[in-house]
Parts: sequence; C-alpha cells; structure tokens
Amino acid sequence: MAITVNLPSVLAAHTGGARTIEAAGRTLGEAVADVAARFPALGPRLRDKDGKPYPFVNFYLNDEDVRFRGGFAAPVQDGDEVTVIPAIAGG
Amino acid sequence: MAAAINAAAAFGLDTIGCASTGNLANAVAAHAARAGLTAWIFIPEELETAKVVGTSVYGSRLVRVRGTYDDVNRLCAQVADRFGWGMVNVNLRAYYGEGSKTVAHEIAEQLGWRLPSAVVAPMAGGSLLTKLRKGFGEFIAAGLVAGAMPRLFGAQASGCAPIVRLVERGGGELEPEQPRTICRSLAIGNPADGAFAARAIGETGGWAAAVSDPELVEGIRLLAQDAGIFAETAGGVTLAAALALARGGRLGPDDEVVLCVTGHGLKTLEAVRDTLPEAPVIAPRLREVAALVER
Repeated sequence: MAITVNLPSVLAAHTGGARTIEAAGRTLGEAVADVAARFPALGPRLRDKDGKPYPFVNFYLNDEDVRFRGGFAAPVQDGDEVTVIPAIAGG
Repeated sequence: MAAAINAAAAFGLDTIGCASTGNLANAVAAHAARAGLTAWIFIPEELETAKVVGTSVYGSRLVRVRGTYDDVNRLCAQVADRFGWGMVNVNLRAYYGEGSKTVAHEIAEQLGWRLPSAVVAPMAGGSLLTKLRKGFGEFIAAGLVAGAMPRLFGAQASGCAPIVRLVERGGGELEPEQPRTICRSLAIGNPADGAFAARAIGETGGWAAAVSDPELVEGIRLLAQDAGIFAETAGGVTLAAALALARGGRLGPDDEVVLCVTGHGLKTLEAVRDTLPEAPVIAPRLREVAALVER
C-alpha cells in the first residue's frame, strides 16, 4: 500500500486527468518529490525551485494541516492520505 | 454578498454556499433565499445559537462540521471542486472580496467625502484590511475624496492572532495557529489573506493589536455603555484593540479614528450574558420601585 495523494481538479490537468495518485516516501517532502519526478509538469505547482512548500498551497495529512506536524518534514507511511488544497480564506 | 450573488447568476449557478464563522452564513442564506438559489452552508459545530438560527431560518441547507473554521474551510474547497457549486469564499471569492471594499466607500461618504487618519478593523481571514486599502485607494485616485490614505490597524483576539503576530514579527510568512477564543467570528487560525493584510498594515503606517477574551468582553460593554452600540465579540475586539493601540502611542489625540464594528451583539449574547447584573424581579407596587431607587 502506498501513500494516496488527492489533487484539486485544477492540478489534475498535469496528471493526465487523475485526481488521486500514489506516492512513496518516508516524509511528506519525499512523497512530493516522488510525485514531482513522475509528473514533471505538476512538480512546480506543489513546491518551489528549492523544494520548499509555497505559502499558498496547503497540504493536509490525514485531514490535518501539515504545518502543525513539521511541514514537508512530517513523517508519512503507507496508507496515509495527503490532500493538496490551494490556500483560501473566509469569514 | 451582492457582488458574489450577481456573479453566481452570471455564471448560471443554481447552488451557492460558503464556509463561515457565522456572519457570512447569515448573509449567504438571506441572499440565496431572495435570489431563489439553493444554499449549502458549512459552519463549525460550536457556533453561537443566534448565528445557527439566523442562518437556518432562511431555508438553507445548514451543515455543522466537527472541527475548527479552518477544517470547514478546507472541506468547502473540496466541496466546490467536487460539486461545482459557487462557494462564496472559495471560487466566488474574488467577487465577494470586491464587494467588501464598499466599507471604505461608505466611511468616506459618511465623513462628507473625506478620509479619517486611521481605521481599526477586525481580522479573521484578513480580507477586510486589504479591501479597505483598495476602496480608499480607488477613491483617492479618482479624486473623490480629500486627504491621504488612512493608517490601517488590525485587531484580533489573542487566542487566535496569527496576523497580529506576523505584523509584530515582520517578514511575509504567516504561521497558522489553533484558535482558542470566545470570539468565534475571528477564529481563523490559517487566514489566507493574512500576509496581504499584514502588508497593507505595514505599507499604510498602521499596526495591529491582540486582546484577551476578558478585554474583548469589557470592550463590548464599554461600546454599549459609552456609545449606545451593542456589538458582537468582534466589535469588542476592535474597540479593546483600539484602546490598546492608543495606550501604546500608535493612535494619538490628533487622530480621527474609525472603528469597523461588523456584527450585532444579539448574535453573541453568550459572551456577555453572565457578566451583567441580574435584573431585580418585583411585584407591581410603587413601594418596591422606591426601595430599589433608595437602595
């Protein structure tokens, strides 16, 4: 079993239409790097040229904002679910 | 809200919705009813009763979500993506935000087409600060008002103050927080407009302040007893923050300060109910009134 990555439809254009893809890695950063290697057009949408997360692209690990769990350093394991959501706000 | 509803109609959407800490929920539900649209509204489970009733009365589909506003907001981004609905603060956000700048226009109009020297506004998602700046800037550019851009000041509850802390810390990267405050209408720990609000504050020469829950309750009482205005918790935050800014020298005696009080106190009775003296109960006899007068 791998890590499941859920993408918003706006990013699915870079995965051939797939909104759910699988990834491998021991940390979230490694999983994102794995995705970026397999989908080169998607990579720059998920992280900057230094491999760091953008402030306007949020990652949730099993429904929890990863910034509360160490960001890209957050450990992940098979069966985890990562959801990518563009930053939004309300009131 | 009117701008967002009109946009939804222009796009041919028949269902709208939002994530909300309460006030937007009320507005979306009311506007959807008037426009004949279906509304799906998502709020944190723990919202005040008046905000829940004030939404569901309009016949909207109201859903209470176990979690914080930030959990609700994330869910609504996924809902907008999955169902193609017009979520006011997600895929209709540009229109909803554009409508917010009319607050600045109304301030200018009500002051006789001139600008105050300072404005203090509550911050949840941070959008209002950015739209105040935009609204004032457009009026200045159009030559409709006299005066310079007001200094913009932001107010938050100290139990959820990521934008205030960004202003104090400097830099451009906001650190999200887990909200812990009775001011639920401002309890957004991950405000996506936070960095933009901090920039608007910095570039206009303003500042930001956070106040405790007891201070915001005292702010509600002071605003009511001094000005005759009963505000919800966010209004208490705004008044208390303005006082803190004045004590700290950020606002001076020569300033003309406008406070944005953005919600009615009847929505958050829970915040002040237990801090007020209990009204005496008497028989309908004059001597009992006299006893109270003489007490």
